Amino acid sequence: MASSGIELLLVSLPQLAMGAGQTLAISALGILFATLGGVLYGVLATLGSRWLNILLQVYLELFRAIPVLVWLYLVFFGLPIFFGLSIPSFWCAVLVLGLWGASEVGEVVRGALQSLPRGQREAGLSIGLGGWQLYAYVLLPQALKRMTPPTINIYTRIIKTSSLAVLIGVVEVIKAGQQIIERTYESVLIYGALFLFFFLVCYPLSAASRVLERRWAHA
Amino acid sequence: MNPLIEFQGFNKFFGQHQVLKDVDLAVQAGEVVVILGPSGCGKSTLLRCLNGLEEAQGGSLRLDGQELLGPDTDWRQVRQRVGMVFQSYHLFGHMSVIDNLLLGPLKVQKRERHEAQAQAEALLARVGLLDKRDAFPRQLSGGQQQRIAIVRSLCMNPQVMLFDEVTAALDPEMVKEVLQVIQGLAREGMTLLIVTHEMAFARAVADRIVFMEAGRILEQNHPERFFTQPQTARAQQFLEKFSFVESLPKTLSKPLHKELS
Ligand SMILES: Nc1ncnc2c1ncn2[C@@H]1O[C@H](COP(=O)(O)OP(=O)(O)OP(=O)(O)O)[C@@H](O)[C@H]1O
Ligand SMILES: [Mg+2]
Repeated sequence: MASSGIELLLVSLPQLAMGAGQTLAISALGILFATLGGVLYGVLATLGSRWLNILLQVYLELFRAIPVLVWLYLVFFGLPIFFGLSIPSFWCAVLVLGLWGASEVGEVVRGALQSLPRGQREAGLSIGLGGWQLYAYVLLPQALKRMTPPTINIYTRIIKTSSLAVLIGVVEVIKAGQQIIERTYESVLIYGALFLFFFLVCYPLSAASRVLERRWAHA
Repeated sequence: MNPLIEFQGFNKFFGQHQVLKDVDLAVQAGEVVVILGPSGCGKSTLLRCLNGLEEAQGGSLRLDGQELLGPDTDWRQVRQRVGMVFQSYHLFGHMSVIDNLLLGPLKVQKRERHEAQAQAEALLARVGLLDKRDAFPRQLSGGQQQRIAIVRSLCMNPQVMLFDEVTAALDPEMVKEVLQVIQGLAREGMTLLIVTHEMAFARAVADRIVFMEAGRILEQNHPERFFTQPQTARAQQFLEKFSFVESLPKTLSKPLHKELS
């Protein structure tokens, strides 16, 4: 039993690895877009423009109120129907995770920027820094400490949520596992492997987040 | 000679609340003007309007003949000519002292690093802080941080410096080192607009005192005249509050045994 279990795992490994590759690729791209979008969101939200803030609020609430799964269906099934635009399921997942993540990271960045003393902005302006220079040299570097730990936690949520992509037909790691189980009925073994996979990817991240949070608590 | 700074019929509102009312003030190049007045009278707002941190609603404000109140004003340009130092220093905490000083000269003015650095170091030496070149703001005392903040503004080679209660957050023993730096600038002939609650300093450094109340300039006077014979009753009352503290009579000591009996 034990040896057949290991044998099975070895035989299924390439298929699991393919799925894991998809999961990691979707997550990594989602995280990339979430980070870039989130920083942009945070900067726009602190410019003090009323219209911009209303727009961002609508965007945020849309992603808070509507489950990610529904967004996946909307983009995957809705775009072809309403706009005749069909995107491969992989990129649908990246897009939705990126947009959802950007709203979450964006709120963190906004909060971190707003927590800086107002005088930092004014001191920067008074030596003649322009808008983007102010953010690049003065505000964002100082917000970094406050925003990094919660942002890493959002990354782990993006990785876990990427498994929803299975529902629009992406063969990511869970789907790959299910295919193996359908063939072999070794559900305990395979789900154990999946558990280990997510744990190994997410645990170091959340541990890093906790360490950074403690180290920077007084900064 | 045309004034370097000229407010005319200048108005500023926060919502419905008018905080500067029809202000007329002209400052000549090289002049040191100290603005006094009770809390909330609009001193900070006046300075902040001059480098565009607040937007004005009416009247005229000229710098070296150029009108600043208008949609075409390039405030980034103006701010390089008008340095401002704040009550709480606001050094950039993630940068060393020298990086704080060089940020403006390198990124805004696009100057050569070695030239800007030489100037920054010379100014640091002048305020006695060259050894703190590579320190971070959190490692410095309040007085040291404030002197660095002054140097940060000076590194932009401004025509005017604005000081908004720059010693108000400092422990008494550090006030002197900062005031000496400002006095040095005054001696050199730099144009200064100073808001302060240090009356003795105001009297010593000012060419002219401007007394404000409730958004208006009530009185402008030579410092000696202002402090000995203020022209308005309000200024008189204001000065009395300060002289009251200075001439407070010593509290008579109570007999020690009283508590025991
Ligand atoms: N951002 C703001 N929004 C609304 N009102 C403001 C704002 N800043 C200042 N004020 C008001 O404007 C008036 C003038 O404020 P200002 O800070 O210029 O006074 P000040 O003379 O510098 O006082 P202090 O000596 O306490 O520093 C005050 O009544 C203040 O409450
Ligand atoms: Mg003030």
